Formats: sequence, structure tokens, C-alpha cells
Amino acid sequence: MSRAAETADPVVIEAAPLKTPLYDEHVALGAKMVPFAGYLMPVQYAGIIAEHQHTRAAAGLFDVSHMGQARLVGPDHATTALALEALVPADILNLSPGRQRYTQFLDGNAGILDDLMVHRPADPAEDGVLMLVVNAARKADDYAHLAARLPAGVTLVTADDRALLALQGPKAVDVMVRLGAAVADWPFMSAGPTRLAGIDVHVSRSGYTGEDGFEISVAENDVVALWRALVADSDVAPVGLGARDSLRLEGGLCLYGHDLDTGTTPVEAGLVWSIQKRRREEGGFPGADIVQQQIRDGAPRLRVGIRPEGRAPAREGTEIQAADGTPIGVVTSGGFGPTVGGPVAMGYVAAGHAAPGTRVTLVVRGKPLPAEVVALPFVPARFYRGR
Amino acid sequence: MAKYFTEDHEWLSVDGDVATVGITDYAQAQLGDVVYVEVPEVGRTLAKGGEAAVVESVKAASEVYAPASGTVVEANGALADAPATVNESPEDAGWFFKLKLADAGELDALMDEAAYRAFVDTL
Repeated sequence: MSRAAETADPVVIEAAPLKTPLYDEHVALGAKMVPFAGYLMPVQYAGIIAEHQHTRAAAGLFDVSHMGQARLVGPDHATTALALEALVPADILNLSPGRQRYTQFLDGNAGILDDLMVHRPADPAEDGVLMLVVNAARKADDYAHLAARLPAGVTLVTADDRALLALQGPKAVDVMVRLGAAVADWPFMSAGPTRLAGIDVHVSRSGYTGEDGFEISVAENDVVALWRALVADSDVAPVGLGARDSLRLEGGLCLYGHDLDTGTTPVEAGLVWSIQKRRREEGGFPGADIVQQQIRDGAPRLRVGIRPEGRAPAREGTEIQAADGTPIGVVTSGGFGPTVGGPVAMGYVAAGHAAPGTRVTLVVRGKPLPAEVVALPFVPARFYRGR
Repeated sequence: MAKYFTEDHEWLSVDGDVATVGITDYAQAQLGDVVYVEVPEVGRTLAKGGEAAVVESVKAASEVYAPASGTVVEANGALADAPATVNESPEDAGWFFKLKLADAGELDALMDEAAYRAFVDTL
């Protein structure tokens, strides 16, 4: 038997892999550690399916400390927001204090350099600050990209001394409240400081599983104590990268380097919702002419959900054909969906084949397998929108 | 029945000239949750080292190579509906296929159970 790639995105590491401050905790919990984006990360503890199901039923705890946390610091909100708006298509100027938005760094062809979260602090003393969370594999490039393009007076301050946890699932809010965080009524995509298990943290109600949940930024010196307090809760189980990938795939969420890259525009990727009306009309971001043209006329290809018939998963790279055998696209994320109970995939197809219900063929190990284009997500999102 | 093992973590349980083939407990533990198994069709001729089956975990697909040459005389169709059997009973109910051996002499190069356990300990 030959082993195929262990993780979705193994990165060949020439230098010694980095470890997050939780490395010893993962090993003590029996995690299988694998190289990912330059770090040794837990791919699973008890098992991917059990961890996936636990997250959908209760609360899963993820170490995402490998992701990049940084602050843009300027003299006032408008100055900092406009500096970032020169690089991303979201409306940052009108982002309210205490709110977070998802956006993308674009290149001049509207290709996606990375996707990121942007949060505006609520505290008036932090007017002019924007907090960013970027992908681990892209953070060095993102920081260089930003540093080279920021106007005078706006600086990039990386927060390499911060760790990041994600607590995801329908019981995540109960766990947070039990540990003292005043977050019960925070709606999805709000963020701010609070205390959790007696530790100062910065929390956003967001995540990447389709479930209600939180991302928790904490000083690296405090993260072991916080991790232990969270895993001690009976509703919480640690979850590795394996289930993180199956959860986000069922949630129809894009993974950079797979579903998004510089050959993909936000319109093709189905991310027009993340470009607010003012920016669609005014432009002023890299590739704006292409984005506006694709919004107006339609993109040549589109990201779709795909349900293979039968049980064989269709992995990344699988060719997608029309019913007559014409190649129309490729799978960019594919595997087994534990909540769906069968194979699920996302990929790009020529726009004429993107309607849900379209019959397609997947070529898996040389064999044509019938499949159908379906609406995303595979599992409905359960974000907390407020009472 | 004699049992043999390969360095690729397949096992063969040999009864006369028919070998039952599967993957070892070590292999299933490394794979994690098995979600799909593709077994060869009955009547197919396999060459030693050729692709014989596919086992997929949540994360990845792995090919299973024929540990000996022969003709497939039976495939474990139950795995189609219950692939997790490979995790639960890898060296018994989770067998993949039965092979009528073309050359029993090929077995001489394989490991016995003690040698395989010692081999796994080095990994």
C-alpha cells in the first residue's frame, strides 16, 4: 500500500518546521502531527470523523496559531481604511466599530493573493487601527505586499506574540459563557476584547466550519492555560486539520491555494457578496475593471458544489466533464463529508454548466463517475445573527 | 493457514493456493477513517506489484498493490456499504479480495508475522 498525501496541502519544508506554543499539548493529547504551511500541526486526535461530528454536535477546539495576525495602524479610521481599500475590494471605510469583514488581497488581474479577515476595534482609543488575520502559508507574502504599498503614516505591526484558537459548534457559546466571556449576544462577525477563563483575549464571533463559534486571539504566554481550560470543558474536544478541512468543505468555504489563487477572481469564486455596493460602483482596488466587467457580464467560469453519485470521493485535480465528455472544469476541493454522509466536492466549471441540477461527469482514476452540480453549502450555516 | 506480510502493509492469509488479502492494523491506523474501498473484479488477473485496489480515508486515496501474482476469485463486496469495516476488523472481516496464486514461490520473499511486527517497530 502506498501512502498518498497526508494533508490537504503538505508543504515541503527545508528549514526545521515551526511549532505553535501548543505543540506539546497536541502531542500529550495523542495528536498525529504533520507539516502544514511550515508548521507541525495536529491533523487528528481521536479521528477525523469523530472530531467532525463533535464539532457539528457540541464544540470543537482548533489551534490556528499558525495563521498570521497583524495590525494596520494609522492616524484615524478613514486613513487606515482607505490604505487597505487600495488593496482589497471590501468596503472598509464603512465597517462599524466592533465589526469584522471577510475580503481578499487582489492583484492587477483581479487574481486573489490571499483571503483575510479585517476587524475594526470598538474602542475609540484604537481609532485608526485595523486588525487582520491572514493565511499561514501566505503571511510572509501578505506582509511584504502590504508593507510595500502602505502610504506614509500607516504602518503594519505584526502580532507574532499572539496565538489563535477557534472554538466552533452549537455549544461554543455556552462554553464561552461558562468560562466568563461576555459574548452571549454578540452577533456573527462582531469582535472585541473580553476575558475567558480569567485571561485577557480578543474574540470574534466567526470561524470556518459553518457553525456558530469564535476565534480567540490570546497572548502566546497565556495560550497553554487557555487551551487547558477549554479542553477541560466536557462539551469541548480538540480538533485537527483533517476535520477542519471536511467541515469547511461542507460549509462551502474556500481554502486558499485550492479553491482560491491568483488565477481566480472573486466573481468566479462566488465571493461577490464580500464586495459591498460602494466598492462595486466606485472600484479603486486592484483588478477593479475586471471585477466590474465580470459582475456586469458574468464570469467565464464559476465555483460550484458537486455531489458525486455513489461513494467514491473525487479529490482535488479531478477533471469535470459535460455529459458529452467535453472537459468543462476541475475539482479544487473534494473528499468525504461526514455530516453529508458521502462524497462532496467543489470545483470550477464553465459558466454554462454551473446551474444546480446540471449533470456532469467526474473522471476518477480514469473512470467516468456520474455527478450533479448542487447549491453550496452542503451543510446549512448556523451562524448566530442575533435575537 | 500461513499468514504473510509485505513492507507495504498488506497481509495474505494462504489456504491451499488461494490467498485472502487485506491491509494490516498498522495500515488502517495510519490511514484513519476509511470511507471508500474499491476492490478488484472477480476474474481479473493481477501481476505482483500492480494496482489491485484503492482505499480512501477522509483525507486521501491510497492504492493497494497486488502482493503476489494471480487471479481474483472473490472480492469483499460488503466493503462498498461498510468501508469502516477496514478500521474495525482490518485483518479479518475487512479483507479486500481472494487471489488464486500463480506462483506460490513468490510468498517466500514476504515476512511472517514476527518479522512484520519487528519491521513496524522500526517505522
